[in-house]
Amino acid sequence: MKVLVPVKRVIDYNVKVRVKADQSGVDLANVKMSMNPFDEIAVEEAVRLKEKGKATEVVIVSIGPQQASETIRTALAMGGDRGILVKTDQMVEPLAVAKILKAIVDAEQPGFVITGKQAIDDDANQVGQMLAALLGWPQGTFAHSLELADGSARITREIDGGLQTIEVKLPAVMTTDLRLNEPRYASLPNIMKAKKKPIEEKSPADLGVDITPRFKVLKISEPPKRNSGVKVSGVPELLDKLKADGVI
Amino acid sequence: MASLVIAEHDNASLKDATHKTVTAAAQVSTPVHVLVAGENCAAVAEAAARIAGVEKVLLADAPSYARQLAEPMEALLLSITDKYDAILAPATTTGKNILPRVAARLDVGQISEILKVISPDTFERPIYAGNAIETLRAPEGKKVITIRITAFAAAGEGGRATIEQIVAASDAGHSKFAGEALSKSERPELTSAKVVISGGRGLGSAENFKLLDSIADKLHAAVGASRAAVDAGYVPNDYQVGQTGKAVAPDLYIAVGISGAIQHLAGMKDSRKIVAINKDEEAPIFQVADYGLVGDLFKIIPELDEELSKRGYK
Repeated sequence: MKVLVPVKRVIDYNVKVRVKADQSGVDLANVKMSMNPFDEIAVEEAVRLKEKGKATEVVIVSIGPQQASETIRTALAMGGDRGILVKTDQMVEPLAVAKILKAIVDAEQPGFVITGKQAIDDDANQVGQMLAALLGWPQGTFAHSLELADGSARITREIDGGLQTIEVKLPAVMTTDLRLNEPRYASLPNIMKAKKKPIEEKSPADLGVDITPRFKVLKISEPPKRNSGVKVSGVPELLDKLKADGVI
Repeated sequence: MASLVIAEHDNASLKDATHKTVTAAAQVSTPVHVLVAGENCAAVAEAAARIAGVEKVLLADAPSYARQLAEPMEALLLSITDKYDAILAPATTTGKNILPRVAARLDVGQISEILKVISPDTFERPIYAGNAIETLRAPEGKKVITIRITAFAAAGEGGRATIEQIVAASDAGHSKFAGEALSKSERPELTSAKVVISGGRGLGSAENFKLLDSIADKLHAAVGASRAAVDAGYVPNDYQVGQTGKAVAPDLYIAVGISGAIQHLAGMKDSRKIVAINKDEEAPIFQVADYGLVGDLFKIIPELDEELSKRGYK
């Protein structure tokens, strides 16, 4: 079974984001970019499926500028077999991302798609579900663990009240949560090997998808600032202050 | 036209998240209808009918909706969305699971986790872990929206909506429920508690994490955790507060042994008052804390517990 893993190049999770003074966006100039952490978990899970003999090929796809090919390389160094870069310098909304991925799924015919539950830049948490709906496939979102059987997947999901287990027929889409696995670091020999793995380039137009944004972003602004408060001398002073504030 | 709110419930009781979503819905399009989809959930529909500002409750009572799985819920919603220009759900794991499917099938974008309705087509939502706020305008047509429940006040009681039974939509049956392991707690829910006490890696073990229980009992607090504490296995995943866990905004948030990564701050910095207890005075959590207490939490927590007892908190 072929497994498709969509990955996104995003601002590194350790970077403190700065909003531009003109409110047109956030400052991404000279900022460290990395693979979306949830997508790393997706790559790891797919590679483990291959190592266990349950997947035959792991195909990595990313949508973004030329530099997104570096993100694909990272995934190939972790164990992906080949990559597809859908190249665009435009901002692509989640619905358009899902449509591009659907076109790729139609062409590649994977039996399973694994991707991150959300990207840590737009925090939308939409693409996996949208892709599943466009394909008419079932989904297992926010995956905590996975057992793959013939023709079905048993997925335990992280939900607000705890854990829920569902069984879905394959083909299906799964989105990852944090506890699914701990992604590996790529070894140097694997990084070298990844350089030789093929990455095919396409454009959204090649796939027949219109990525014109539907929404108009009016501004990107700073959230309300919290002032750092005071250090208190001890527990009695703390409780006095909380009492005076009326919160206990 | 009208807006449709997907009720959050467990077949027995209606969750407060629904009341908050009704508040948001009323700002987008009126009248407001509520969909209660579940199994043997008539009592939930009756509770939804009592929410002020709700005109009609649609009740879809069938075994296929018992767990509100995404696929049958998508089919059900698509059978009724014609009559609505806005479909809203709370940004809970249920709402987040279902709604993007509906948006995709309607060929519209979804607006995730809104903080504010500026006008019926313009919304504010957090991006980059809440380090930036995006104001965006939706195009003409249907709007599919999830709301951050801590950002909206709950609609009150006193409504007298009619309840209309609707028939189940057919579903391909590609998914089925196979079990659950829910955390049992007598404490208030994390997302609606007035006081939250959260622990981080500094607690050191699952055993030590229980030190927070006695204080939580005295303050009627919910107990939360940082990702580090969940990853380390001290507590289950549903305790996680943060960018990709739960967003909370209680009157009082007490962070114990939590350093304050950006991702954690994203989930709690809208709290009214924040207390940080940490031995590292450089920890970023102190930058957002109203009151900081630097020291060994294993000394401070018992002292806090004792002092609360002395002051009559039981």
